[in-house]
Amino acid sequence: MSNRRSFDVELADLKQDILRMASLVEQSIYKAMEALLNQDPLIAKGVITGDDAIDRLRYEVENNCIRLIATQQPMARDLRVIVTGIKILTNLERMGDHAVDIARAAMCVCGRMPTKPLERIPQMARMVQHMVKDGLDAYVHGDVEKARQMCAMDDEVDEIYNLTFQNLISYMEANPHSIPCVVYLLLVARYLERLADRATNIGEDVIYLVTGEWHELN
Amino acid sequence: MENKITIRNLNLYYGDLQALRDVNLDIQERQITALIGPSGCGKSTFLRVLNRMNDLIEGVRVEGRVLLDGEDIYGPDVDVVQLRKRVGMVFQRPNPFPMSVYDNVAYGPRIHGQKNKRRLDEIVEASLRAAALWDEVADRLFHSALGLSGGQQQRLCIARLLAVEPDVVLMDEPTSALDPISTLRIEELLQELKNNYAIVIVTHNMQQAARVSDVTAFFLNGEIVEAGETHKLFTKPRDQRTEDYITGRFG
Ligand SMILES: Nc1ncnc2c1ncn2[C@@H]1O[C@H](COP(=O)(O)OP(=O)(O)OP(=O)(O)O)[C@@H](O)[C@H]1O
Ligand SMILES: [Mg+2]
Repeated sequence: MSNRRSFDVELADLKQDILRMASLVEQSIYKAMEALLNQDPLIAKGVITGDDAIDRLRYEVENNCIRLIATQQPMARDLRVIVTGIKILTNLERMGDHAVDIARAAMCVCGRMPTKPLERIPQMARMVQHMVKDGLDAYVHGDVEKARQMCAMDDEVDEIYNLTFQNLISYMEANPHSIPCVVYLLLVARYLERLADRATNIGEDVIYLVTGEWHELN
Repeated sequence: MENKITIRNLNLYYGDLQALRDVNLDIQERQITALIGPSGCGKSTFLRVLNRMNDLIEGVRVEGRVLLDGEDIYGPDVDVVQLRKRVGMVFQRPNPFPMSVYDNVAYGPRIHGQKNKRRLDEIVEASLRAAALWDEVADRLFHSALGLSGGQQQRLCIARLLAVEPDVVLMDEPTSALDPISTLRIEELLQELKNNYAIVIVTHNMQQAARVSDVTAFFLNGEIVEAGETHKLFTKPRDQRTEDYITGRFG
């Protein structure tokens, strides 16, 4: 097999690895929200222990990227594929960490959650999941337009976050006994807001991959 | 920035074969311009246009304009010997003359009329220093240049060229016959020389072009497909053909 051919195979593998990592992270976020909404500590635990696999995969794939840079001295699109690959991996790994954060918060509220204050957290979570999915679709298809649209959703998430934050504070003022529980919901809202930022970063990476230019979309 | 050399609508024919097509390029002072492209695309031909070395080849016809500091080098009053002094060339294989190290470097100045022994000594030392060779040959200036290593010979050829105080240095694959260490020394040397000269280098080594040059021009079938800042050309080329070439997907 020619050098170029085997390099192409490795670049294709890299894409597959990133998608594999992304699907683990998507699942992790999904499960963390399920743990919170169903108040299920077992599911939360699963998310926390599952994060090791995500971390391992991240280092494995990142090492691969470094090896490709050292051995292939990539140029042009090849270079951008690998550089954005590393950045997307980093973002995904952090997203996995936020899923763990949410799972931890879920364990803290389990069994004592008042029904009302979930507020718009489920809606925020759906939007975040949507953004992550669109970000990865944009990555797979090199779709700049989709990446842009996805990044635009970040503003909406921010708005819902601010609203939710206010509402939860008011709720705690009115129901001081709920504070030890609701304060974790504040954190969850914050983690979701950070997840949306990470998804936006992936959108920026996709735009760089395709156009060779960085656009700050946050 | 001032253009050192301005090339406009350049066509070149070897008899019936058109080797360069409508080439336009600006070569700037204190910059290294790299020429890349597949074998036979016209890089060496183009380089030879810049000091009229093609004049020595039977049946060559050149159209278009090549301005050195604004003056057409193909104009009727141009002194070609003087032109080649201003626009010097280093070749792929080091080609020292079969004489001493000293005489190799003094050769050009002597031809151009320098007879003063003291002055020649100064020129030889300064040129060898500028070519980063002085320390290695100071104690064998009067030994044959053919006894030097390949990398040393190539630096000697550069010293020989610098001795006649050119404005522009042309290099045709100057390191392709050298080992990696000698190659790095020449590349470091280029970075120093670029403070005083406009340098044009042909290289088949993409990493070398990316490492050393400020501007890169990609030639294909006698045309410039794309020319621009090196870092841009190697991270996001504008033309798909450039992309294919620099990523090794060509053909
Ligand atoms: N003296 C010559 N007479 C006739 N044709 C020539 C002559 N020199 C070069 N050519 C032709 O002109 C074209 C360009 O050749 P040139 O040597 O400039 O290519 P190059 O880009 O320097 O290639 P390489 O990378 O192999 O050195 C080729 O088709 C070549 O065959
Ligand atoms: Mg050549």
